[in-house]
Amino acid sequence: MSGVLVLLEHRGGAYNRMSWEALAAGQEMAKAAGQPLTAAIAGHELEPLGSELAGKKLDKGYRVEHALLKDYTADGYVLAIEQLIKKLEPSFVVLPHTYQVRDFAPRLATRFGQVLLADLVGLRKDGDSFVFIRQLFQGKLNADYRHNGPVAGSAPCFLSVQAGAFRADSLEAGSASVEIFSPQLDAGAIRNKPQPPFREAAQTVDLGSASIIVSVGRGIKEQDNLPMVEELAQALGGELAASRPICDNGWLPMERQVGSSGQTVSPKLYLAIGISGAIQHLVGMKGSKTVVAINKDENAPIFEVADYGIVGDLFEVVPALTEAVKKARGA
Amino acid sequence: MKIIVAIKQVPVRDSSLHINAGGRWIDEDDLSYEINEPDAYALEEALQLKEKHGGEVVALLAGPERASQTIREALAKGADRAIHIECEDLASLDTLGVASRLAAAIKDEKADLILTGLQSDDLGLGQTGVVLAELLGIPHATIIMQVEVEGGMGSGSGEGSASGLSMRVKRELEDGWFQHVEMPLPALLTIQSGISKLRYATLMGIKKAKTKEVRRVSGSDLPVAAAPTVTLERVYLPEKKKETQLLEGSPNEAAAKLVEKLKFEVRVI
Repeated sequence: MSGVLVLLEHRGGAYNRMSWEALAAGQEMAKAAGQPLTAAIAGHELEPLGSELAGKKLDKGYRVEHALLKDYTADGYVLAIEQLIKKLEPSFVVLPHTYQVRDFAPRLATRFGQVLLADLVGLRKDGDSFVFIRQLFQGKLNADYRHNGPVAGSAPCFLSVQAGAFRADSLEAGSASVEIFSPQLDAGAIRNKPQPPFREAAQTVDLGSASIIVSVGRGIKEQDNLPMVEELAQALGGELAASRPICDNGWLPMERQVGSSGQTVSPKLYLAIGISGAIQHLVGMKGSKTVVAINKDENAPIFEVADYGIVGDLFEVVPALTEAVKKARGA
Repeated sequence: MKIIVAIKQVPVRDSSLHINAGGRWIDEDDLSYEINEPDAYALEEALQLKEKHGGEVVALLAGPERASQTIREALAKGADRAIHIECEDLASLDTLGVASRLAAAIKDEKADLILTGLQSDDLGLGQTGVVLAELLGIPHATIIMQVEVEGGMGSGSGEGSASGLSMRVKRELEDGWFQHVEMPLPALLTIQSGISKLRYATLMGIKKAKTKEVRRVSGSDLPVAAAPTVTLERVYLPEKKKETQLLEGSPNEAAAKLVEKLKFEVRVI
């Protein structure tokens, strides 16, 4: 039992960018552990994706091909990848922390008597093993985890890496052979019948191209308080956005949500008001050039990524700021 | 239709957290606790499904004595009964250990549907539900925004009521995409926050909760999988990635300082 296996994700004939980040993590681990690196994709008719994979630095690639893997299902993926893992017997299985991985990887790990060490933000070699870093309490604390080693036979350590934790641009190029692996699958074993993905409605707000975004979170407490933040956004000539709970409550439409389940933004200025800064939110706004945070909790994770911060009651700071901006603009 | 909702008790969201003396967890003294928010939405969905289709809702929780409060809240909101796996050693288990206990406690219930939140606010691993589905041998779907059950509903006895039922769920995918999935029952779903509006417990509900059945099971009496496969070694404050300039003073002073920065350094005004 040896080696690092990275499972890459794709949709519509293209790799998910987070797949390359996971592969970068895999390259780092394989190098540190002195073990071979293998990467795999699962689906149907994957030739172009296989060719692209062959151009990366790895020891071997696999196309897990089966007509029943054409559309993603947890049952199909678990059955197919379980067979690949049994053949390869890797020490580590690395995945991108996508919604799809969250759907099937815990089930896959259970088949091996393992758990998934989910959404890692970092890792380091420590003696003969690795220390894996993830966040707790919505990003308020970090935690170091260690894998206790295989329990019996070929049981790898399963890991998923959070968006942005490893750099896809650090990925090393190379030349690898990509082999087809044909799993044994039975249509009766796939219980879920997925329909084609769809979008609810045409997006009318393009936060992605906004240069100033004023984003509001749970700290706003009530929908009736939103106009206060809206006025600040107007004074700055920016777009109003929000973290997930605000849209969950229906206070703002989902299309104004920034985060891993919403839009990814990269404005010149991102003003985070009453937003604690859970990783799911940070993932969506980390491309912002300048980040300003207003929050009464000085330990809120948002201050870890903010350039400027005001620790204070947003109900006092925001109206004062709106006035100051209006005055500056009028001058 | 019998629905089991797995819920967790977690520290109140804006709690001030302090690392304990051992450096392996937080100091739990003086913390207030509440139901894990995504689990509250799972409970709400279960109650709405029961209102539509009949049957019963059973709240399932593993945790120490203090978690009784969260169970009472679930009963006050409308759960018919509860199962409390009493254990003080949750922190020493990994997800597989916790899910093994949950599975053992409900395997004879023969539920049609098991719901839970998509992740917890404390550990945030987001996999207890999926692991539970695997241990019970039933299909699952995650990050669910809508549930439509199709077919005739049973009386809620669970016995045989699973036959012939199916459902159509709406999964949230990334970047604003969604997907419908059809699947047979029994099954497990992990519910996304915001699936519907949460209800408050009524005074009548709170009164009724006192008379509802809570089956207590000792955690140590339930089989757990082998030793944990991962260990949490250390908990610590994250390192700052950026040097944050804190702007101090009264709200007016801080606002004026920020406007100066926005004007002359960020150049957006």
